[in-house]
Amino acid sequence: MLGSFDFDVIRRSLPYLFFEGMRFTLTLTALAAVGGLVFGTLIALMRLSGYRLLGRVAGFYVDFMRSLPLVLVIFWFYFLVPYIGQWLTGASRPITVGAFASSLITFIMFEAAYFSEIMRAGIQSISKGQPAAASALGLTYGQSMRYVVLPQAFRNMLPVLLTQTIVLFQDTSLVYVLSIPDFLGAASKVAQRDGRLVEMYLFAALVYFTISCVASYCVRRLQARIAIVR
Amino acid sequence: MIQIKHVDKWYGPNFQALKDCTTSVLKGEVVVVCGPSGSGKSTLIKCVNALEPIQGGEIILDGIRVNDPKTDLPKLRSRVGMVFQHFELFPHLRIVDNLCLAQEKVLGRKHDDAVAKGMKLLERVGLTEHAKKYPAELSGGQQQRVAIARALAMDPIAMLFDEPTSALDPEMISEVLDVMVDLAREGMTMMVVTHEMGFANKVADRVIFMDRGEIVEDAKKADFFGKPRSDRAQKFLSKILSH
Repeated sequence: MLGSFDFDVIRRSLPYLFFEGMRFTLTLTALAAVGGLVFGTLIALMRLSGYRLLGRVAGFYVDFMRSLPLVLVIFWFYFLVPYIGQWLTGASRPITVGAFASSLITFIMFEAAYFSEIMRAGIQSISKGQPAAASALGLTYGQSMRYVVLPQAFRNMLPVLLTQTIVLFQDTSLVYVLSIPDFLGAASKVAQRDGRLVEMYLFAALVYFTISCVASYCVRRLQARIAIVR
Repeated sequence: MIQIKHVDKWYGPNFQALKDCTTSVLKGEVVVVCGPSGSGKSTLIKCVNALEPIQGGEIILDGIRVNDPKTDLPKLRSRVGMVFQHFELFPHLRIVDNLCLAQEKVLGRKHDDAVAKGMKLLERVGLTEHAKKYPAELSGGQQQRVAIARALAMDPIAMLFDEPTSALDPEMISEVLDVMVDLAREGMTMMVVTHEMGFANKVADRVIFMDRGEIVEDAKKADFFGKPRSDRAQKFLSKILSH
C-alpha cells in the first residue's frame, strides 16, 4: 500500500511549507504568547487589585473567554471586527482588517485569559513578606510589583507558561478556518493541489508532534533546573 | 521620634489585636518590646510604618501622622528601616542588588553610588565577599545581616526590628545581635520586638511588655528587670529567664 504513496511531494513543497507556513505559525505563536502574557499579567493584576469592580470585570472576561471554543472566537472575530471598527471610527463602510492582524488579536485576547490565571497563581505563590519588605523600603505598589513580585512570579511560573505556549503553537493551526497559509494551511493547500492528502497531513502531524515533543522535553529540563535553584 | 497614642487595631469585627496602646520612642532611644506570642507586639511594630492599618488612635513618626490618608506612605517608610523575622531578602536579586534596589528606585541614587554605599554596609556586617551571591546561598544569620544592611542603606532615622532572631538557629543569633548592639551604641533609634532578654539587658533604655493586645508594662530597663510591677510580666520573665 505504501507503494502508491508519493512522498516526493513533501520534498518538493518543503521550502513553501517551512519558509511560508512554519514562519507564519512561529511568528503568530511568538507574538501571541508575548501579547497574551502582557495582557494576561494586567488582567491578573486587576483581579488581585482589591478593587471589586476591576476584579469583577477581569473575572468575567476570563470566564467568558474560557467558555468559548477558540475556533468560534477566531471566526466571529474575523467577521465582526470590520463592523466594530466601522462603528468605533464612524467610517462609512466596514474597515479592512488583514487576516493576520485579526488572528493575532484573537489569539492575544484568548491567550490572555489563560496566561492571566497562570500569572495569578504565580503572584499568589509569592509570600506576603516580599511585598511587605518592598513597601517597608519605600517602594510604591507599582514598583514593588515590577521589581519584586512579578519577576519572581514569572520565574516560578515559567515552565507552566512555556507549556501553555506549546499548546498555543498547536492551536494556531485553527487559523486554517480563515484560509491563512500557516503551516497546516500550507500543507493543506499543497495536499489539495496535488491530490496527496494522506502524505501531506501525515507529514504535518509528524512536524507538529516532533516540535511539541522536543519543546516539552526542554521545558521539563528547565523545570528540574529551576527546582534545584530554589 | 515615634509616638503611639491610644492605638486600637481590629482583625475583622471580633478580634481586637491592639487595645488602647500608648507609648513612645525618643530619638536615640532603644526600646525592646516583649511578651508572649499573640500578644500583639509584632502587630504594633508593623503599625508604626503602616504595614498594618489602625482603626483608632494615632501614630506620629518624626512629626508626621502615619494614619493620615494624605501622608505619602512610601516616602515615610523609606525613612524608617525595617527588619523582618524571615529576612525577606529578594531571592531573585544578588546581595548587592538587594542593597541597591530601593536606593536607586526610591531615593534616586546613581547605580555607582548605590553600589558604593551597599558595599560599605556589607563590609560593616562582615559580608563583603558574598556581594555577588544570591540570598539562598547564604546562611540565615548572614541573610539577616544583609537585611539589616539593606535597611541601613536608606539612611533611616529609626530602625524597626520584628523578631529578627526568632527564625535563626541558635549559633547564628549572636552574629545578628552583635550588629544590632553596635547599631544601638552608635545612637540609632530602635524599636525591637524580641525574646532576647540578654540583648534587652545590654542595650535597651526601656522595655515594653505586652499581653493580649495591651501594653501591660512600660518601664526603664532597670525597673523592668529589677521589679516588674505586674504579675503577668513577672510570670513571663520567670519563664523566659528560668533556663
